[in-house]
Amino acid sequence: MTFWNDPINFIANWLTGLLTGWGLSTGLATIIEYALGITVMIVFAMVLDIFLVWVERKVVARFQDRLGPNRIGPFGLIQPFADIIKLVIKEDITPANADKIVFNIAPVLAATSVIVLWAILPLSSKIFGVDLNVALLYLVAAGALGTLAIIMAGWSSNNKYALLGAFRMVANMVSYEIPMVVTLLIPTILANTMSVQGITRAQSGMWFAILSPLAFVIFFISAIAELGRSPFDLIEAESELTAGFNVEYSGMKFGWFYASELLHAFTFGGFMAVLFFGGYGGFFGLEKLLPWLNNPFLQALVFIAKAMFGYWAIMWIKYSMPRVRIDHMLAFNWKFLTPLALVVLVNTAILNKALAGLPAWGYTLGMFFSNVVIAVITVEILRAHGRKQRKAEKKLTPQMARNQEQAP
Amino acid sequence: MTAEQIIFLLTGALIFSAALMVVTTRNLVHAALWLVAVLFGVAVLYAILQAGFLAVVQIVVYIGAIAILFIFAVMLTRKEMRDKGPQTRANWWIAALLGLLVLAGLVFLILSQPDINRTAVAMPEGLDTVRVLGTALVSPDAYVLPFEVASVLLLAALVGSVYIAGIGKKP
Repeated sequence: MTFWNDPINFIANWLTGLLTGWGLSTGLATIIEYALGITVMIVFAMVLDIFLVWVERKVVARFQDRLGPNRIGPFGLIQPFADIIKLVIKEDITPANADKIVFNIAPVLAATSVIVLWAILPLSSKIFGVDLNVALLYLVAAGALGTLAIIMAGWSSNNKYALLGAFRMVANMVSYEIPMVVTLLIPTILANTMSVQGITRAQSGMWFAILSPLAFVIFFISAIAELGRSPFDLIEAESELTAGFNVEYSGMKFGWFYASELLHAFTFGGFMAVLFFGGYGGFFGLEKLLPWLNNPFLQALVFIAKAMFGYWAIMWIKYSMPRVRIDHMLAFNWKFLTPLALVVLVNTAILNKALAGLPAWGYTLGMFFSNVVIAVITVEILRAHGRKQRKAEKKLTPQMARNQEQAP
Repeated sequence: MTAEQIIFLLTGALIFSAALMVVTTRNLVHAALWLVAVLFGVAVLYAILQAGFLAVVQIVVYIGAIAILFIFAVMLTRKEMRDKGPQTRANWWIAALLGLLVLAGLVFLILSQPDINRTAVAMPEGLDTVRVLGTALVSPDAYVLPFEVASVLLLAALVGSVYIAGIGKKP
């Protein structure tokens, strides 16, 4: 075992030797190592977060045909530090009638709900926090904490806009959690496990995005809804709610909400990579020919690149789509996404057993084309429905005109 | 004392004090938040007992649902969300007596177990508890019948609520 093959265990062994050499017991040494490991992971996530602020501002500028921050440092790279200094030295205001304790816990909880996700994020086959066998449920559980944080912020601010934003968030999260959980079951079926390491290993031959493209699309949409990003950003619709749940927050407390939102988006990019694009691996069997692809540092780079792409796709949608109306948002979920997710789930479960005897290419083709068939049928149903609706509208219009004539 | 015992005692203290706060606080929303703390503590207990699946489901189901309860608490209560009336009734001491009796009975029962001082057997290496649970839930000689009955019950509740919501509306 060298540093290049297994960095975490290498450092852990070295630290154990060092600490026990100082006369500490092995148990205490292990606790100190875990605490250090957690701290390093959080620091890595937060430093990445600072970088994400710059990425976000640069990318939104590109989408809006601007240059973005370019004054401080090369390519504006030092801009996020200026932002942080501004946030830190801003006056920290707590509204007079706010519920002070809840008001102050909420931003901490919001950041926590994102950072706990990094415990299960597999950066590479050797660099990860913990390989839980219930990792996908853990992802959903962390989302529940995030919802709670937003409600706490909205309620404790004692502001009607903040409370309305929180109410909308609950409607959003509760409804989009269902297609999300259903689509999380599809990688579980395909990989026969809920552990993220197992799911990654199961994709070394073929990405799940190819085996079940519809599941990926549904997961992507519900992930954006879960993040509360545009087009599902009704929680902070600035034209209706000024800024939604965080309207009363200032300074670094607002900064925590902002930072956790960015990190959340990146983390979900990472989970999309893990669940559907092979995570740190997924070289289509190439790693057997080229063993250097299994280097943990290279795997971590591949993972971050894929996660960055997912993050970019989320930004792409955020900055090019208008906000949806709340009734459309709920109808879209309950009348379209949830039934479709259930159909795809049943289809995957049946075909996974039915095609198990086929060779790998037959299995892949069968899975892919079953998804295509479902997509075509869905589009046909939507088209028929749309046509019926347009006909009904045409019929209605002359009648409505007559009604208006009869009215005094 | 091992690290596990320290964590257990801290969690127990958290659960106990938070549960006390749920029933004594006058602010309904704070009560809901303290309830979240209690349920989180229970999830930690499950995690200590190596029941990772239960711990995570506890958080998904209960804390996720408490968020909704929270919203209902906000929407259904009076403006200042404070109860100004007395917090106890005249016969509170009967309830306290009953509670103490139940506690004494439980403590007696647990202490009279013959293997109370036994340490837990370590889980075999590589045992996937979720897989075992999943197999048990759908195998005919285990829990498939209760599992299916519960599913049908939930489905019936779902259909019923949709029907009630649809009464009086044109299709």
